Amino acid sequence: MEPLLTVDGLTKRYGRRLACDSIGFTLDPGEVLAVVGESGSGKSTLLSLIAGEVAADAGSVAYRMRDGATRDLDTLSVVERRALMRTDWGFVRQDATQGLRMAVSAGGNVGERLMGVGDRHYGRIRATALDWLARVEIAPDRIDDPPTRFSGGMRQRLQIARNLVTAPRLVLMDEPTSGLDVSVQARLLDMIRGLVAELGLAVIIVTHDLAVARLLSHRVLVMRAGRVIETGLTDQVLDDPQAAYTQLLVSSVLAA
Amino acid sequence: MTPAPSPLPLPPLLAFEDVAKSFTLHLRGGAVLPVIAGATLAVHPGECVVLGGASGAGKSSLLKMAYGNYRCAAGAIRVRDGARTVDLATAAPREILGLRRTTLAYVSQFLRVIPRVGARAVVEAAGLDGGLAPAAARTRAAELLARLNLPERLWALPPATFSGGEQQRVNIARGLIADRPILLMDEPTASLDARNRAVVVDLIAEKRAAGTAILGIFHDADVREAVATRIVDVSAFRGALAA
Repeated sequence: MEPLLTVDGLTKRYGRRLACDSIGFTLDPGEVLAVVGESGSGKSTLLSLIAGEVAADAGSVAYRMRDGATRDLDTLSVVERRALMRTDWGFVRQDATQGLRMAVSAGGNVGERLMGVGDRHYGRIRATALDWLARVEIAPDRIDDPPTRFSGGMRQRLQIARNLVTAPRLVLMDEPTSGLDVSVQARLLDMIRGLVAELGLAVIIVTHDLAVARLLSHRVLVMRAGRVIETGLTDQVLDDPQAAYTQLLVSSVLAA
Repeated sequence: MTPAPSPLPLPPLLAFEDVAKSFTLHLRGGAVLPVIAGATLAVHPGECVVLGGASGAGKSSLLKMAYGNYRCAAGAIRVRDGARTVDLATAAPREILGLRRTTLAYVSQFLRVIPRVGARAVVEAAGLDGGLAPAAARTRAAELLARLNLPERLWALPPATFSGGEQQRVNIARGLIADRPILLMDEPTASLDARNRAVVVDLIAEKRAAGTAILGIFHDADVREAVATRIVDVSAFRGALAA
């Protein structure tokens, strides 16, 4: 089977600092890859490079489109690329204010992506939005509220609904649960876990939290100072870490 | 009259060949901790091989290597998957994940609890992962939990607040719900009372009768005697280390 996503030699420098040094991996449909590391390891830069929000100095990202053809994303036109991002890809951000339109109602946030794929039927859009709000456990009577009136956990759930409404095959997630209370985190993680399995999503999730990686991912990539230190099956990397840095990370976690 | 030919022995489902394991402790100045060397053993269909030996002899490490949780320092671990054989020591992560879905089941000592997911749903999900149809997974989850005497009022609750024995029974149901040819068990009866230990002994006998190859660690002498077709002393795999 051809991979869904092929990342090859992705490199980014900021001045003399290497944010990403020749990163490569493939992702299959339905596969969840966690990118773990501490602040400044380059893991969020990697996500921005893959999403095309930051231009790489070297390397490529290839994606198998819905028509089955694998395209180098650099060869897509601006229009094609934008269309891909708002249909077949999702991006759930740590800061919900960057992933949502804060002045638009919850229903509008979900409906916008549907209108982006050409749906113009108001009643149908609203019904789909309601359905998705229910799936992420947001009460129907909140559909007309803007996310400014939502709690942190609700905003993240709304982001998930907004991203998944177009049935994407690949979702990028940048620290989706950090900064939330633990009970809110648990609820969000469980929701993500369920949706990923149910919809067969391929996911790249960036997290500094090894427990999140263990709960959600099949494979893990450990990054430090822009480099991949270790990669493999998630439980193997966490239970039998080989690299000195991974051993330090794993042994630094407080057990509850 | 010629004697009936003895049946051809079935090839093993799981075979360790000269397996070694050591840990390099980078945080302790790179100290190398050897655990196992020269481990060779095979588990055939219908067998229940019990790993014996003192605590720290490497019994759990062998099981974890057989599940692909630990890497091997040397040797091969061959898993028969239908017509082909895969070496876990060199298999890619995706291959190992595939084997876990179809071929390898593992009952660990402790349940890793998932927030908000109820006991029955935990077991059911394992059945779905193992290829059962949704209705079958639901029915079997209930049957197993009932056989393991987990009170029905607990089925909808997440096991985080359960007692050790209750969690362990959920874990056993989870490991046994799908029919996989190889079953790895790490102290599945450690915190169970006599009645539930007996249930686990019965469940293991049923798996053996169905042709499952079982490799396990059973601390309790009664259980070990009841389930083992063979006991392998893991201390023997440390001979090479002492030299």
